[in-house]
Amino acid sequence: MTVIADPSLAADARRERRFFLSLSLPALFIVGLAAILPILWIIRQSFLTTGGEYTVSNYQKVLSSGLTWSALVTTLELSLGTLVACILLGTPLALALASVRPRMANMLMVFVMLPLWTSILVRTYGWLVLLRRDGLINAALTGSGLTAEPLPLVYNFTGTLIGMVHYMLPLFLLPVYAAMRDIDANLIRAAASMGATLRQVVRTVILPLSAGGIFSGSIIVLIYTIGFFITPAVLGGGKVNPLSTRIERTLSTFQDWGSASVLGILLLVVMALIGVMLLAARRLVAMSTVKASHA
Amino acid sequence: MKSLAITIESVRKAYGSYVALDDVSLDIQAGEFLTLLGPSGSGKTTLLMALAGFVRPDAGKLLLGDRDITRLPPNKRDIGIVFQNYALFPHMNVLANVAYPLFLRKMPRAEARQRALDTLARVQLDGLAERNIAALSGGQRQRVALARAIVFEPRVMLMDEPLSALDKNLRETMQYEIRRLHDDLGITTIYVTHDQREALIMSDRIAVMNCGRIQQIDTPQRIYDRPSTRFVAEFMGEANIVAPGSVRRIDSAEASGETLMVRAESFHLDAKLVGRDGIVLEGTLRAKAFRGENWLLTLTLDGGQDVLVCIPAALAGGCAGLATGQRVTAYAPATKVHPLPGASA
Repeated sequence: MTVIADPSLAADARRERRFFLSLSLPALFIVGLAAILPILWIIRQSFLTTGGEYTVSNYQKVLSSGLTWSALVTTLELSLGTLVACILLGTPLALALASVRPRMANMLMVFVMLPLWTSILVRTYGWLVLLRRDGLINAALTGSGLTAEPLPLVYNFTGTLIGMVHYMLPLFLLPVYAAMRDIDANLIRAAASMGATLRQVVRTVILPLSAGGIFSGSIIVLIYTIGFFITPAVLGGGKVNPLSTRIERTLSTFQDWGSASVLGILLLVVMALIGVMLLAARRLVAMSTVKASHA
Repeated sequence: MKSLAITIESVRKAYGSYVALDDVSLDIQAGEFLTLLGPSGSGKTTLLMALAGFVRPDAGKLLLGDRDITRLPPNKRDIGIVFQNYALFPHMNVLANVAYPLFLRKMPRAEARQRALDTLARVQLDGLAERNIAALSGGQRQRVALARAIVFEPRVMLMDEPLSALDKNLRETMQYEIRRLHDDLGITTIYVTHDQREALIMSDRIAVMNCGRIQQIDTPQRIYDRPSTRFVAEFMGEANIVAPGSVRRIDSAEASGETLMVRAESFHLDAKLVGRDGIVLEGTLRAKAFRGENWLLTLTLDGGQDVLVCIPAALAGGCAGLATGQRVTAYAPATKVHPLPGASA
């Protein structure tokens, strides 16, 4: 017996699908307007002289400048430094949050999230107060005799890194905490019952199962920090110059839209490369965990 | 493999004002298969988790053989556990899951691999060693969990409702397989379930728990036929608790004033059997249900109490013809009438 499909039912299904697709239109419109168009405009700018003629001289000028490459190195150092600090500080913190009772975890989460509710400018200047030569930390260090001289904590790379890690840590923590909290407690109990020490449980069960969260957190950290501007500008004291501050300098001091656009594109390319590398790394890790866990 | 006896001495555990384990004492012999049976919240899983080391008792003592393990961390107890949801590692394949405890014990790779494969063969999972956990059926996962719990030759095995997620037919197959595995290995096993049939089929002894206490501990047959409390009587099967005044006794052997327990399937409807030692009930048929292998009749006695009567379908030629509202006489032999001291109907 053949079943004859009712065309009006198929039409209903199509209409439903179209309706749900149409819900994405406002967002698509805004993304198109606010992201795609400016990028196209920047690409066009990068090929124009100040007089408005087409040229590749902007690229020659920017890419042959030593300042560009040192800015790129600084950008990568800040991003990777922040990432490493976030992984080293955030992963144990997430583990702690995921292991305490839910009530306690919620309370601690409020403290973790508190900085996110404060403006980044306020927080950055807050660090200035703490880290200055005559700031609270140095006052405490010299006052207690731990150090003879105040430590150079701000207006340098260290200060910038401290500010950036402080900003990024909660954002890194969230996906890692979520991944760890989702691990079935019985998996940990099972591992322990078979003889695993806490260290072995963390290494063979918790870390492999929260790798996805650590990966997401890492992507968030890299996306944010590649273009970080306020923190290096305030806490770097002019000595820490990643690509973002170079772009600002190029515009505000030289009004050179062409070179600034080239720098912007460079930033985009770096981001894309890092993204591709992370995806490749993730695939490798996913493949090796299954193999490595073979006894 | 030398298995060990387990001794539980006056163990208490409270969560705030809720008492999960109320002074529980229990001796389990080496090589015994003991089931903790009870409804949810009866404390059976808490007791199991205390033995495993995941729940710290407030008071009391736990012994494995002669060794006090009350304060020993879980990873030092050398106990195999099968969890309700299997707790297999999703990021490892079948072989890696089973070899995990051997890997922790630093066994050489080739030897661990061989031992894991042998154990997989023992639970009839040959050929699935390289599969991912996600690609296994529920029954296969159950077998992997079993293999992983026995591969390191623990001297005690704990199982927390391991079959509750399986469908009925598979559950029955696994009941026999787990019992056979236990008999082959001779490993002391504590098995938690809320399914009284499962407990009856599998156990050497059953400890019935309720409200954090052990109500009764005995062999399956004695627990079923001779329950010591009303709770045990009703939890183990269809039990009728009747006051002595509401039945007519034919014998004089046990004519005390005690409350009586009669299982639904102990009754006969055949009038020819009336007159021998036993009790007779008379009531009105209120409902009848066909259950495949038997009929379940509900009689309302003249005093107003409902009594369940279960008649095998093979003998129940007369049951199909019974109409609700009809008067029915049921008879139970004296050997199946069990006095319940301390209970009131």
